[in-house]
Amino acid sequence: MSLEAPHNLAFSLSDHLPILQVLIPFIAAPLAVVIGNRIIAWWLAFISSVISLLIATTLLGKVIDGSVISYQIGGWAPPLGIEYRVDSLSALILFLVTLVSTIILPYAYKSINFEIPKEQHTLFYAAYLLCLTGLLGVAVTGDAFNVFVFLEISSLSTYVLIAQGSYRDKRALTAAFDYLIMGTIGATFFVIGIGFLYMATGTLNMVDMSNLIKGQESLSTVRSGFVFIVIGIGLKLAIFPLHFWLPRAYTYAPSAITAFLAATATKVAVYMLLRFMFTIFHPNFLSKISIFEYIILPLAIMAMFSASVIAVFQSDFKKLLAYSSIAQIGYILLGIGLMSETSLTAAVIHIFNHGITKAVLFMGIGAYVLQGRGSFLSDLEGIGKVMPWTSAAIVVGFLSLIGVPGTVGFISKWFLVKSALEIGWWPVAIAIVLTSLLAVIYCWRVIETIYFKPLLSKKLTAETPISMLLPIWVGALACIYFGLNTEAIMTTSQMAAKSLYAGSFGSL
Amino acid sequence: MRHHLILRVITKLLVGAMMLFAFYVQFHGDYSPGGGFQAGVIMAVAFIIYGIVFDLDHVQRVLPPWIAHKMLAIGVLLYSGTGIVSFFQGLNFLDYTAFSPHHPVHGQHYGIFAVELGVGITVTGVMVSIYYAFAGRTSEIRDEDW
Repeated sequence: MSLEAPHNLAFSLSDHLPILQVLIPFIAAPLAVVIGNRIIAWWLAFISSVISLLIATTLLGKVIDGSVISYQIGGWAPPLGIEYRVDSLSALILFLVTLVSTIILPYAYKSINFEIPKEQHTLFYAAYLLCLTGLLGVAVTGDAFNVFVFLEISSLSTYVLIAQGSYRDKRALTAAFDYLIMGTIGATFFVIGIGFLYMATGTLNMVDMSNLIKGQESLSTVRSGFVFIVIGIGLKLAIFPLHFWLPRAYTYAPSAITAFLAATATKVAVYMLLRFMFTIFHPNFLSKISIFEYIILPLAIMAMFSASVIAVFQSDFKKLLAYSSIAQIGYILLGIGLMSETSLTAAVIHIFNHGITKAVLFMGIGAYVLQGRGSFLSDLEGIGKVMPWTSAAIVVGFLSLIGVPGTVGFISKWFLVKSALEIGWWPVAIAIVLTSLLAVIYCWRVIETIYFKPLLSKKLTAETPISMLLPIWVGALACIYFGLNTEAIMTTSQMAAKSLYAGSFGSL
Repeated sequence: MRHHLILRVITKLLVGAMMLFAFYVQFHGDYSPGGGFQAGVIMAVAFIIYGIVFDLDHVQRVLPPWIAHKMLAIGVLLYSGTGIVSFFQGLNFLDYTAFSPHHPVHGQHYGIFAVELGVGITVTGVMVSIYYAFAGRTSEIRDEDW
């Protein structure tokens, strides 16, 4: 910012990709409100989501070799100005979020017609776009306080979106309120933690912060900052004992929103956890305070077992899937807790894989609900005969959830078991297999209900409309495609894990 | 509040002054304490006090809810649009040099001016919308029945 000619000239649009990633959905949101037409609002949401997906794919292609893209907002250089920073891990998260959003929006067009009154649609899409902006922003920014701002953008719009389920079931309001309270406590803890770190380092830029923290790890300000940040993110992430908001929020939100949140929101929170634990606090610091052996690992295994057992006894399909999500977050945490390069790879792959798997399953159950059935298992008896395509997609999702070879779920579980055996922790490997068996049990309960029970004839329903069936199957095929063609995701995840393990932001 | 004569007269006098002060805080914000947020709140207060003392219907005739809703979107568009202008000069997002390439300090000034205006419009819209949302709820007991 000097009096001579501007120095950082960027002549092509491709130099602006990191900011455009956030900016396009962000501008589409108020534009939808100004125009105020629900069909245009949907098109704005869909087009901006497709453009975001293209941008995320381009960014992923650029950083897959381990390079880093840095962007300076307003032309102010990093430690002072806000930096957007994309490395392989953030590019993978951006890709996941935009991919899921692009798949879900065509589904949402039809499904919210049943769930939300027409005059609310424009605002619904505006809130959706803001949520997308927030999630993308968390992944793209390299500034610790900016993470908090984007986290709040996504959280506030999420509360609104969950509450939209109240037209179908009033309990959505209390679910949204619970999430609001828990989410706000989480965000407060998080920002208190950042405040402590700012006190200790005097900077908010992540790379700068990470360099300055080195050498003052024993400072109690830094340590309490770490505790606040981990608990704050833990609430957002639904780490096992902090998960109580999640099942109800997922159960009562509109179907499309449940699918979107289950696939993206908790995953972005995992990204934040990884970023703060490994990039800002160096892995050496983490091993010194032994957070993994005594906190992350036990909680992960408890989540895997207890949430899976609870899922087995659920009579509501949506709640069953919600508890299974908590168990799957346990797997991701287990990957983080084992603390080796292989296990981190497993965690990063599982973020992606579980994201698309859960999107398919929640879209599937949403289709059942909208065809006049409830989400209770007793309402779904024999529905596989009238809705064969939807049910088949759900089966594909289940196979991936269990981790059957040929689906994405297999790869992450394989890597998890491998990393546990590498360091000789075979009880952990057995725990992974045992909880997968629990997953078989709850998946089988659903499959038995939808295929082998006689059809309830009281309400005959037809197959899902094609515009909803197509997104479900795109998701289901993505589960198989990324399960067979593992190259791209694997390379990115390994690159991401390597840089995390080295405690850096992208550059090795 | 028909019987509160003093309140009504004073409010009528003050509403205009409040708005003027809001504009002062808005457009003098880059030289003195203040800026878009404070100005937006003061501007909204002018509408809200008018609504409280006279009636919700009266204030909604001046500023209908749909305009308040559009205002919050337009302010955000103004802000992000300011950032986008920089793209056309080959600069990074929100680099205010774009507004005056030969004298970047003036560019900063103009940029902040535009951005703060966006903030002010949005904050006014949000505050007024929140007031409308709460005041628009029909109460179970009328004022006279207390």
